[in-house]
Amino acid sequence: MTAVLDAAAPARPLAAVPALRLRGLFRAFGATPVLAGVDLDVPQGGVVALVGPSGCGKTTLVRLVAGFDAPDAGVIALAGREVVGPRGTVVPERRRVGVVPQEGALFSHLDVAGNVGFGLARRGRTGEGRTRVAHLLDLVDLAGLGGRRPDQLSGGQQQRVAVARALAPAPDLVLLDEPFSALDASLRVSVRDAVMAALRAEAASVLLVTHDQDEALGVADLVAVMLDGRIAQVGTPADVYARPVSAAVARFLGEAVLLPGLADGVVVRCALGILPLASPAHGSVTVLLRPEQLALAPSDGSTPSAGPVAGPVAGPVATTDAATDAAIAAVQAGVPVHAGVEAVAFHGHDALVSLRAADGLPLQARSLAGWLPRPGDRVAVRVRGSAWPLPA
Amino acid sequence: MAMTRARAPWWLVAPAALAAVVALLPIWYLVARAGSPAAVADVLLTPATARLTLRSLLLAALVTVLATAIGVAAAWLLARTDLPGRPGWQVALVLPLAVPSYIGAFVWIEAFPALAGLSGAVLVLTLATFPFVLLPVLAALQRVDPALEEVAASLGHGRLAVARLVTVPAVRPSVAAGALLVALYVLSDFGAVALMRYEVFTWVIYGAYRSGYDPTRAAVLSLLLVVIALVLVVLEGRARGRASARIGAGVAREGRVVHLGAARVPAVLGLAAVVTAGVVVPSVSIVGWVLTGSAGALDLGEFGQALLASVRLALLAAAACVALAVPVGVLAARWPGRTARLLERATWTGHALPGIVVAIAMVFVGVKLLRPIYQQTPLLVLAYVVLFLPLAVGAVRTAVEASPVRAEEVARSLGQSPLGVLRRVTLPQAAPGIAAGAVLVLLTTMKELPVTLLLHPTGTETLATALWDHMLVSDRAGAAPYAALIVLGAALPAVLLGRMGRLGGRPAPPVRAADALVLEGSRP
Repeated sequence: MTAVLDAAAPARPLAAVPALRLRGLFRAFGATPVLAGVDLDVPQGGVVALVGPSGCGKTTLVRLVAGFDAPDAGVIALAGREVVGPRGTVVPERRRVGVVPQEGALFSHLDVAGNVGFGLARRGRTGEGRTRVAHLLDLVDLAGLGGRRPDQLSGGQQQRVAVARALAPAPDLVLLDEPFSALDASLRVSVRDAVMAALRAEAASVLLVTHDQDEALGVADLVAVMLDGRIAQVGTPADVYARPVSAAVARFLGEAVLLPGLADGVVVRCALGILPLASPAHGSVTVLLRPEQLALAPSDGSTPSAGPVAGPVAGPVATTDAATDAAIAAVQAGVPVHAGVEAVAFHGHDALVSLRAADGLPLQARSLAGWLPRPGDRVAVRVRGSAWPLPA
Repeated sequence: MAMTRARAPWWLVAPAALAAVVALLPIWYLVARAGSPAAVADVLLTPATARLTLRSLLLAALVTVLATAIGVAAAWLLARTDLPGRPGWQVALVLPLAVPSYIGAFVWIEAFPALAGLSGAVLVLTLATFPFVLLPVLAALQRVDPALEEVAASLGHGRLAVARLVTVPAVRPSVAAGALLVALYVLSDFGAVALMRYEVFTWVIYGAYRSGYDPTRAAVLSLLLVVIALVLVVLEGRARGRASARIGAGVAREGRVVHLGAARVPAVLGLAAVVTAGVVVPSVSIVGWVLTGSAGALDLGEFGQALLASVRLALLAAAACVALAVPVGVLAARWPGRTARLLERATWTGHALPGIVVAIAMVFVGVKLLRPIYQQTPLLVLAYVVLFLPLAVGAVRTAVEASPVRAEEVARSLGQSPLGVLRRVTLPQAAPGIAAGAVLVLLTTMKELPVTLLLHPTGTETLATALWDHMLVSDRAGAAPYAALIVLGAALPAVLLGRMGRLGGRPAPPVRAADALVLEGSRP
């Protein structure tokens, strides 16, 4: 596979024994299978985001790892210790897993310091415990609030206390189950940044469960995409976004333009012309383009002010075949495809333009430029960068 | 979400099973004591028993009809009209619950001796029980999403049609549950019918025990009464279940207000008459007797000792009830399953048992089984536990259900064993609700009459027994201080819960409060 888009290097070196290892995890409720054979590793000190649509089995997975529920089959190992497997099951209190539920679930009868110290020896009332509690509160920007009661805190503060509480006993793994989804959109990003910084500062191994693909792509070292009770793909955020293994993964991680195409080595012929491929393929394929790869210009024949837009962004496509090189050169010179604008969803920083090509094919383009077409306009569409081939 | 849970731990099941055994003790003993089917038939198949049954059912039917009519009308006035001074009326209309029926009966018969008999019993019991209908119906009316009625109106239905299609179906289960509770109360009541000298089951059972000591007759009549009560309890449980089912949250806002216009005069007069008869007459009479009673009428030492004895017994009863209710309530809230359901239902037996029946059964138990504690404090406390365990179990269960299960899971992950979670998280988080349950048991025990009367330790008088002795000899001045104290104690939860249920509040608490109050008050 040639590196048109560079896979981001992991943030730090990863130890050999993973913090969490799942093998062949099955769980059904009645006749409904929820987990259908899950394999997943969380490296030591790594942040893995488990992302998937609602109801795909993410929460069930978290409950199995924490020990609140038992799988029908499979093995769970934490830092090399098998906690679920043929040799039996370890109770939750001996797993050394920190849990941060969606709604925080602080102990309402204890103050903030009591919550954070709950998992420490003598529930944090030793001198050492007090130091640890103070350190963690400092880490989540809540220094000095140890005496508050949970109901005196905002939602974001409660969630940060829940994270500090989970981190206090230095667990082998921290599980965060949709920890930010109950927060207001305006709070979510700042709380998320504070929480992730605290987790990184403690060098915690983290499994973050979320249905929000932006959150997963934005904070994790590795993203595991879960669909229909299985892990469909694991990879770095850039990798899973640019090189999904299936159309379903591609669609889940962001808007996708999917076109039927005929691949011939490093190029593919499709409704948008002959495009370079990021990975060689042959025969019938589904071509994946992201909306930001589609550049729009007025369709009146004049050159758009944005200048020439065709051509791979990440440099020339490396090939050995002179004929193919010529074909690519032709594509890069660019004969645009014309399409009608059906709808424009304006987002402020950009806009998502829904188009329909002459043959009825639906397209989506993300427009960052100052120029925005209006519904009913005809526009010229050019493709930037290379296409990703998926099985037809 | 669906989830499988580990089996309930033995250290919860074992004490919960003990609570169930305690609760079932009286029934088991009554069945054993009633003897052979022939002996049962001897008592059952007599004209006297038939007359007694008819008299009891007649009283129950009359009171149920009257109390339901008053309760529904008052609830509608409070919930749906521009009745002047509604928040005040709401508290005032709950206050009759604070007057135990035997005190109400004493006040009325002292004022109008001619009331003795059926008419007096109907009057006193109606005044004592209409809040059992008022509270759930009021809660149901406030819970009906006004949007439903507005949608029905917008679909072209007139006001009466909307009431028929939306409002009445939503309220009907609450009316049924309240009415059945009234009937249950009437059948269980001992003090009012005794003072009104109207012979029904409880009074005759007491007589069979007191004069001549005919244990078989007492046991058989008790069982007959229990069977009738059980039918009512089962029906009430069904109606209550339907009443609590609802779709969607809806918005907490008031529905369309009916303008009473000129009708507000009879409405206010009617409510005023009910409140006057139910609260004003008893409290004014008692205060009057306290003030006019000669200084020598009150033996302060005797009064203080009775108060101390009552408080001590009530504290013991509350502690014992909560101790047995915690395993049952936690089990029901956290490990729902067949075992938990069976054990919880068993502890609810007391809800169906008239106090006099529990008292008779415990006398048998004391004589035959627990001779060393007969006529001693432990046996009396045991009887209180049978009667009031449902109050405590309900409080514990509600409190534990309201405390988030996620927090318990987090505590497990932080190294606590299941027992540690119970001790460090579940019980502390549920503590306020459990304490409220304990207070309910405490205050209810203080005013309990028949069990205390039959089982109080020899030589110890409580507030209720001392009051009863004074009432039997028409000693108004002697009775007044005891009556005043009991009414004040009973008024505490009534006022508290009545305020919680005031208009304009959020809908959830009044519903809960109404349930708790109805359960609390439903012990005659």
